[in-house]
Amino acid sequence: MAANAVSHASGVSRAPKSKSPLRLSIERFFHSPLAVAGLVMLVAIVFVTVFAPLFTHFSPSQPDIMNTDSPPTALHPLGTDGSGYDNLARVLYGGRVDLTVAFCAAMMTMVIGTLYGGVSGFFGGFIDTLMMRFVDVMLNFPFISLVLIVEAVFNTSSEWVLILIVGITAWPGPARLIRGVFLQLREQDYVVGARTVGCGNWRIILRHMLPNAMSFIIVLVSFQVAAYVGLDAALSYLGLGVPPNVASWGGILNTSTGYMSLRTEPYAWVPPAVMIVLTILSVNFIGDGLRDAFDPQTRT
Amino acid sequence: MGGALLEVRDLKTYFVSKQSTVKAVDGVDFSVSQGRVLCIVGESGSGKSVTSLSLMRLVQGPQGRIVSGEVLLEGRDLLRMSERQMSDVRGNEIGMIFQEPMSALNPVMKIGDQIGEVLVRHRHISRREAREKAVELLRNVGLARADEMVHEYPHQLSGGMRQRAMIAMAMACQPKLLLADEPTTALDVTIQAQVLDLMRALQKETGTAIILVTHDLGVVAEMADDVVVMYAGQIVESGPADEIFDRPLHPYTRALMDSIPVIEEERERLRAIPGTVPSAAHFPEGCRFADRCSLVEGRCRERLPELRELGPGHSVRCHLA
Repeated sequence: MAANAVSHASGVSRAPKSKSPLRLSIERFFHSPLAVAGLVMLVAIVFVTVFAPLFTHFSPSQPDIMNTDSPPTALHPLGTDGSGYDNLARVLYGGRVDLTVAFCAAMMTMVIGTLYGGVSGFFGGFIDTLMMRFVDVMLNFPFISLVLIVEAVFNTSSEWVLILIVGITAWPGPARLIRGVFLQLREQDYVVGARTVGCGNWRIILRHMLPNAMSFIIVLVSFQVAAYVGLDAALSYLGLGVPPNVASWGGILNTSTGYMSLRTEPYAWVPPAVMIVLTILSVNFIGDGLRDAFDPQTRT
Repeated sequence: MGGALLEVRDLKTYFVSKQSTVKAVDGVDFSVSQGRVLCIVGESGSGKSVTSLSLMRLVQGPQGRIVSGEVLLEGRDLLRMSERQMSDVRGNEIGMIFQEPMSALNPVMKIGDQIGEVLVRHRHISRREAREKAVELLRNVGLARADEMVHEYPHQLSGGMRQRAMIAMAMACQPKLLLADEPTTALDVTIQAQVLDLMRALQKETGTAIILVTHDLGVVAEMADDVVVMYAGQIVESGPADEIFDRPLHPYTRALMDSIPVIEEERERLRAIPGTVPSAAHFPEGCRFADRCSLVEGRCRERLPELRELGPGHSVRCHLA
């Protein structure tokens, strides 16, 4: 057969191992110094918060009543607050709350957003119009009021309540973006191609479109995480975050809002502020790195 | 034509919007028998690609709609099937290959998995078996490194290799009919010839009928048993390939053949057909080719000519023929 003659020629000039587009992107990610720096920073932050007991033997919820309002000492490197809580312990343990809220809320909004936006973009037409009008409504949803109401009605506020509220109110933004991606993907030949071999709707959405939207989604997740790290801080400032007896970065900042504390006790509020900034910064670096790594323009 | 595998009757596919109705395919009839190659020829905008998509019922909604007609595959009307039944036909009884091998394969899925998917879908075999079968299929289309290639991604393959992989995928379930929409247009000339040879060889082997949509009369001459010439959503001439090439009756068919550059002949310019296909949103009253026809007469502008059979199997839509 004539075809055999070609196949010999076609075997040359090939990469020795086949790497998936995802693998290639990850390799590109690790070639970006800023992205790697961000990743190292984030890993370090997660490490000290998860393994907080290794760095302090004080508990964030057990006050040292003999040493209230202590400036930094050998015993309390970052001093204690007015109730005798160890500031270092609260910073270290407090990160757990902020990071949990940020990651879980980002995950939840992205899962809902991806499903919603994906379905909307895939079907298009009337379904899409209808679903997007609902997104418009949700985009204007009064988030803070909902927080207030939930806290008033259930008389609790915890990080899980916070995550849940963010999850059910913040998905429309990502949903709209992902809908755009799916609208684009829908027109791709390989999606039409998947139909020509008899794939059903869900198979096409999950096996063909979602993996191709993944690069975009991962980048979006990173930016969402960055946005929600500051969330607890912002809400705590309004007195709406996690309860005061639970240590969180935002909570510590909130207790130090007095003029005197800001002036005289920088050792109490600078560390959590720095932690928040570093976390947001590192997540943003990672996000930028991911975006560059996945950018088809740089794909070789 | 008793033994037709696929019979298309009065197929009409319109794109309807508030402003206009675009009659992309406007009453097309043809049939293909087992083991034959039917070429649908026409320039851009003649409705040939929409015709092939209509056969698969893949015209993009909500504007695109198959308004009427029958597409009978072994007597079963595809247009009356449920979406579920139809998806059992796609890839199983009718395989399809596209113009752009670069974009027709999913970039994040291994070649083997993509070919295997068809088999898993229709043959209900395990993934592992499907992958083994994929190697065999890739070998059949002349890809020697098939056992490595199943683990590779589309970006690692050249255009010609991808088109071969596409063919392997379309042929995976040994379909009765292969729909090829300009399969060689995006490839360079030497690869074109190889891909056509491959399709021919596979057809001999399996007895599949092929519908080849193309604007390239060279490809038609090479492949076709029967030819359908489309213009502005309608068939203007159809018949056996030899007949059409030896005795083209419609002025459009003749003009198409004249516009092929001939290497031996020194010509001042290419003999292009003046003008373009009329917009499918508002066709003229009479013959749709009238404005570009060199032989146009008064009656051409008044009445749309019927498709008349003038020879054995040879039909023409022209008042003058």
